Amino acid sequence: MSDWPDVRLHVVTGKGGTGKSTVAAALALALAHGGRDVLLCEVEGRQGIARMFDVEPLPYEERRLATGLPGRRGRAGTVHALHVDPESALLEYLALYYHLGRAGRLLDRFGVVDFATTLAPGVRDVLLTGKVFEAAKPGGRRGGGRAYDAVVLDAPPTGRIVQFLGVSSELAGLAKVGPVKHQSDLMMGLFRSEATAVHLTTVLEEMPVQETADGITELRAAGLPVGGVVVDMVRPRDLDDEHLAAAGAGALDPGGVEHDLRAAGLDDEVADGLVDVLLADGRDHAVRRRLEDAQRERLATLGRPTYELPRLAGGVDLGALYELAGLLREQGMS
Amino acid sequence: MSRHRPRVGPRSSGGEQSPHLDVDALLADPTTRIVVCCGSGGVGKTTTSAALALRAAEQGRKVVVLTIDPARRLAQSMGIEELDNTPRPVVGIDAAAGGTLDAMMLDMKRTFDEVVESQASPDKAAQILANPFYVALSSSFAGTQEYMAMEKLGQVHRDAEADGTYDLVVVDTPPSRSALDFLDAPERLSSFLDGRFIRLLLAPARGPARFMTAGLGLVTGAVTKLIGAQVLRDMQTFVAAFDTLFGGFRARAERTFALLQADGTAFLVVASPEPDALREAAYFTERLADDAMPLAGLVVNRCSARPGGGAAVLSADEAVAAATRVGKRDPRSVTTGLLRLHADRARAVEREERLVERFGAAHPDVPVVAVAALAGDVHDLDGLRAVGRLLAGG
Repeated sequence: MSDWPDVRLHVVTGKGGTGKSTVAAALALALAHGGRDVLLCEVEGRQGIARMFDVEPLPYEERRLATGLPGRRGRAGTVHALHVDPESALLEYLALYYHLGRAGRLLDRFGVVDFATTLAPGVRDVLLTGKVFEAAKPGGRRGGGRAYDAVVLDAPPTGRIVQFLGVSSELAGLAKVGPVKHQSDLMMGLFRSEATAVHLTTVLEEMPVQETADGITELRAAGLPVGGVVVDMVRPRDLDDEHLAAAGAGALDPGGVEHDLRAAGLDDEVADGLVDVLLADGRDHAVRRRLEDAQRERLATLGRPTYELPRLAGGVDLGALYELAGLLREQGMS
Repeated sequence: MSRHRPRVGPRSSGGEQSPHLDVDALLADPTTRIVVCCGSGGVGKTTTSAALALRAAEQGRKVVVLTIDPARRLAQSMGIEELDNTPRPVVGIDAAAGGTLDAMMLDMKRTFDEVVESQASPDKAAQILANPFYVALSSSFAGTQEYMAMEKLGQVHRDAEADGTYDLVVVDTPPSRSALDFLDAPERLSSFLDGRFIRLLLAPARGPARFMTAGLGLVTGAVTKLIGAQVLRDMQTFVAAFDTLFGGFRARAERTFALLQADGTAFLVVASPEPDALREAAYFTERLADDAMPLAGLVVNRCSARPGGGAAVLSADEAVAAATRVGKRDPRSVTTGLLRLHADRARAVEREERLVERFGAAHPDVPVVAVAALAGDVHDLDGLRAVGRLLAGG
């Protein structure tokens, strides 16, 4: 059973380096089950989706990307991908609403496109979120585009998310009229509704957890719906609590470890100092696990559903994305 | 599981190791006047800059570090939680070698205001500072932060060279989407401020621009439709007030750019051992070379420490096999868990080394230093000293 049955737009943010894009991709795969179709959007021009799924760089149009994670009920759904860049979005927007074919090109020549998409306050964000809004808005889409059951947005980092989604307040001081203002109001309606959830990814370290706490406060203050917290890159738990405590206190028995290693035929390695290496590994691991536990407790005080994903020592490839998707689903995120 | 097998066939990895980046030599070199730390977000640029600055100061340099967005506790420990745009002395450094350390957190809007105030008459400055378009431009536009980081660097460097307060400026760069933004955004902003669009708004019927006015009606019409007439009017007022400053902005940006190309400047590209961060680092390295900017080397932060801190006694695969064997005899043995941890760590180290080797294969001349991840976060001077020691390879 999903924790987010009514959510159509899943926004995934997080501090840089916490695996935001990986989590967004895994969530899209996890949501695409039982025949549900999901759109995964990226807005930061990095072509991260193409790299993760090992496909050609994505154009400014929806592309079928992958089949979702199979489930027990019904067939798997599909994941489509959309790479939104502000220049294309602006020209499309002008062509659509104003039939500005010629002027659109002129605007480009005069540097207005560059101006609007890189410098004008909020316009860039309206254009980026606008395209995502088109795909996620209730009541189907103009022009008969494909309808999705859910949209996952790989969003800008926590520090910019409120500004990114809160485009209307940013614009309020400047554009009091005009279609950009009108559209941003419409979009805020969706972003502030129960059909949206802003999930935050973090790792169990002090700064990212602090940023998560700050992010939740800011999102709430802006009236944006806070979703879950995805804890990424959690260390393996190969030592049980008792062994972990002993490893941390330096109280593991070297004789016992040596005995086990020799029994497994590792005499050469024992002679090379493997026992000390393993005990040092254990001690270091215990220190880091204790730090993780402290941050986990801190996260628990934030009162949001949390989902944990393991650190994958071999890196994240396509197979790993499905593995992570499975873990998110098991924990009720999809 | 023999450990001394002969190597057969071509090596599967990149081959030659990258040259080692000697951080202490860089910091000790009196001709090094500016160190710029750049890289994509979340790779530890701020901590690296602060650690380098502290290390240089404790080795006798007179240092100022400009940071963008330090973690709160780190900022507190350096005494810079106040955003006042002025370097403040850092308390608690070891001054035995005769060095000093000042630190400053960049206030983007204030830096912009200062530039305006220094360039315009008081009346005009007040008019510009109150314009709504300016307020938005100076506080939230993409690119402003990069532009202002460079502007502040230029200011501090000029002052330092004039009065000898500092002999080394260490700069942290903004947490951009891409490290390239740091080099591109100032150009974008100044070319916008200087640009044809602005000129047209200002004087549509003047001189050679006149034959374009047919297009101009369409352009302003479209802009008005898009963002509303009020914004356009604000922009025009702003542009009119700002007109005399445009040349100044362009000239300042160009001066700072030239400063970055100068011999006394050293770029350090910061990355983490992840494909995305290293790809960014590679782009940036190439871009620096294209722009004739002096690259000192690559810092790879947050590397997994080698198991046991020393040479690999067991590879990842060997450790997994050993764990299985021990586990068969005694599933509850702690040795199984330790071997699995060892395998996990060895796998991470092997993967990271491969990634860094690949960077080295493509950029064989770039010196590299790998910095092991600390167990906890850095939020005091001792933590920064520890990072500094790791940066210096110790």
